[in-house]
Amino acid sequence: MNYTDEFRDPVAAKGVLAAIENVVTELGATKEKPVHIMEVCGGHTHAIFRYGLDKLTPPGLEFIHGPGCPVCVLPMSRVDECVEIAEDPKVIFTTFGDAMRVPGTKKSLIQAKADGADIRMVYSPLDALELARRNPDREVVFFGLGFETTTPSTALTILQADADELTNFSIFCNHITVPPPIKALLDDPHMILDGFVGPGHVSMVIGTEPYEFIARDYGKPIVVAGFEPLDLLQSVLMVLEQIRDGRAEVENQYSRIVPNEGNPVSIAACEKVYQPRPTFEWRGLGEIDASGLRIRDRYRAYDAEVKFDIGYGRNNVFTAEQEGCACGDVMTGRIKPRACPQFGTGCTPEMPLGALMVSSEGACAAYYQYGGLDLEPAE
Amino acid sequence: MNQPTTQPRRVVADKVTMAHGGGGKAMRDLIEDVFTSVFCPPGMEDQARLMDPAIVVPGAKLAFTTDSFVVSPMEFPGGDIGKIAVCGTVNDLAVGGAKPLWLSAAFIIEEGVEISTLRRIAASMQSAADIAGVKIVTGDTKVVGKGSGDGVFITTSGVGVIDPSRDMLAENVQPGDVAIVNGVLGDHGAAILAARGDMALKTEIPSDCQSLNHLIEALLTAVPETRVARDATRGGLASALNEIADAAGVGIEIGEDVLPLRTEVKGVCEILGLDPLYLANEGTLVVFVPEDQADAAISAMKSVEAGLGAVVIGKATTKHPKTVVMRTLFGGLRIVDMLVGEQLPRIC
Repeated sequence: MNYTDEFRDPVAAKGVLAAIENVVTELGATKEKPVHIMEVCGGHTHAIFRYGLDKLTPPGLEFIHGPGCPVCVLPMSRVDECVEIAEDPKVIFTTFGDAMRVPGTKKSLIQAKADGADIRMVYSPLDALELARRNPDREVVFFGLGFETTTPSTALTILQADADELTNFSIFCNHITVPPPIKALLDDPHMILDGFVGPGHVSMVIGTEPYEFIARDYGKPIVVAGFEPLDLLQSVLMVLEQIRDGRAEVENQYSRIVPNEGNPVSIAACEKVYQPRPTFEWRGLGEIDASGLRIRDRYRAYDAEVKFDIGYGRNNVFTAEQEGCACGDVMTGRIKPRACPQFGTGCTPEMPLGALMVSSEGACAAYYQYGGLDLEPAE
Repeated sequence: MNQPTTQPRRVVADKVTMAHGGGGKAMRDLIEDVFTSVFCPPGMEDQARLMDPAIVVPGAKLAFTTDSFVVSPMEFPGGDIGKIAVCGTVNDLAVGGAKPLWLSAAFIIEEGVEISTLRRIAASMQSAADIAGVKIVTGDTKVVGKGSGDGVFITTSGVGVIDPSRDMLAENVQPGDVAIVNGVLGDHGAAILAARGDMALKTEIPSDCQSLNHLIEALLTAVPETRVARDATRGGLASALNEIADAAGVGIEIGEDVLPLRTEVKGVCEILGLDPLYLANEGTLVVFVPEDQADAAISAMKSVEAGLGAVVIGKATTKHPKTVVMRTLFGGLRIVDMLVGEQLPRIC
């Protein structure tokens, strides 16, 4: 297939892997004392395991799986609020499919649906808007979830609803942004990271400037990467070369998709519709300053937090993690998924205890699905 | 082959109403005009009375299976719910080594369904039955109120006969045996996703929906030592391979570079983040044969239309027992686990 097969070429990969091996050797990194690179984005985590890249790179290189899976960092209190809204009989609650199985304190959305709530899976907020047009006697709520990859489509949907003067449509906005949690990780005194592989699709929207602080203030290299295996390997090599050369820069490996200035139309739409919250809660990471977005007062008619008097900052309850859930430690790189006592026993993709097991982009689900065992090839 | 009725049509209504399920004349007209005139069962009794020489062969076993079909949309490129209902049950019999003979067909019809849709479904079922060489010999219809169903649901049961010489079981698979599929993977799942129109995908992928009994006959004639056959329906090839690995206590290794996939299916999977190994098929099977019989199996399969795309995809191994792994294009190995509760549309 054009534009993907070229980036999955095993022969080209061999060359890049050899170069990675060389730099890792030059750095003197070993299995015991590895160089740590965080892939921030869950899509990258998934690709690493899907292609077995962690098994092909040298033992002196260790991937730390970052917080870039929106479903995984969703606190249980947000899920509880989703369920509360969805169980209102006048509501049609719409959501992306991967949020359906995230456990709340009492139930997940998929359980609420089985209990009778009208919950529908959509592929775009515009589908939810269309539902609202077709069901004027119902309140259609869309669960706005995700990083800068999904924030623009939600913003444009709000602008469309406003232009159409719809009165039965609102967004439960839980959008979050990528740079603040990276800053929080870098401020952690136990931080062990040597460099970052930056998210490709997020950067397509925001550009590369928002990462400058990582290089400038913290002296760490970051390379914005695509999602094909060769993209990832090349980006890892670029990070390693920066470390070897004593450089700390923002580099863009994914320039075929990511313009350095981002997408000005999307940035403008988001600027118009959202403002940062002072702080927002992340599952496993706690509260992070200016990491969440709320809908501006100008568009409060489309804000489910206003309509239902619910949401972050209103009677906010911090919910403790399930007993024995170590998602936070995994997400900050303190432990590997398999080191969690619940991994594969109390917590599986079928019955997830913690959020990292829910989404295919979650580190634990990826380990469970693809990477859990040391495999021996057939003869 | 049954000829379509030449009598004037007795059901003149456009749509099914509750009267068509009421037990009176309207119901009898619906059954006889729309269904039995097409299926032409022997006799008109409530039960079918059946005889076939194969069932009196000493040591022969009866095979009996049942399956319900709820696919949405009911009609899609490459098939419809009627074709799936026949092929699915025929295939369930055939992969066990049985010769499929007779089917039942029970319909749960939602009030408001167009009579013309039912006629198309019935014709499609009879056509699929003719191709497979089975007869639809008994059935039932029920009508439920608007909102209590979704179009038409069909349950088919099937009876077939297993020749005494045959013993196909997943437990029979030995390390070293070769895994072969009959053609491209994932077409049905991708076809249904595209046909639902939720995604505004412009591509038209036909479902692979087809009966596999003639293919399996050809294979078993050429390679009687065939260990097992599985149709890779819901859960896709990944689930079929995992069931076999688990039952036989062997490991299975497949190669990503040899998996047969249509470019359009690859594209749909890329866009939606799906793995083609988990996409449903309705006319795709995987068989295991002894390594030295692989060539014979491939050429036997290719002699039948349903097997034209036959290709070796991997082998059973003593390594990593009960686990299916795939050698990726990059030479890395990754686990191919069972499908875990996915929120996918109704596919069969």
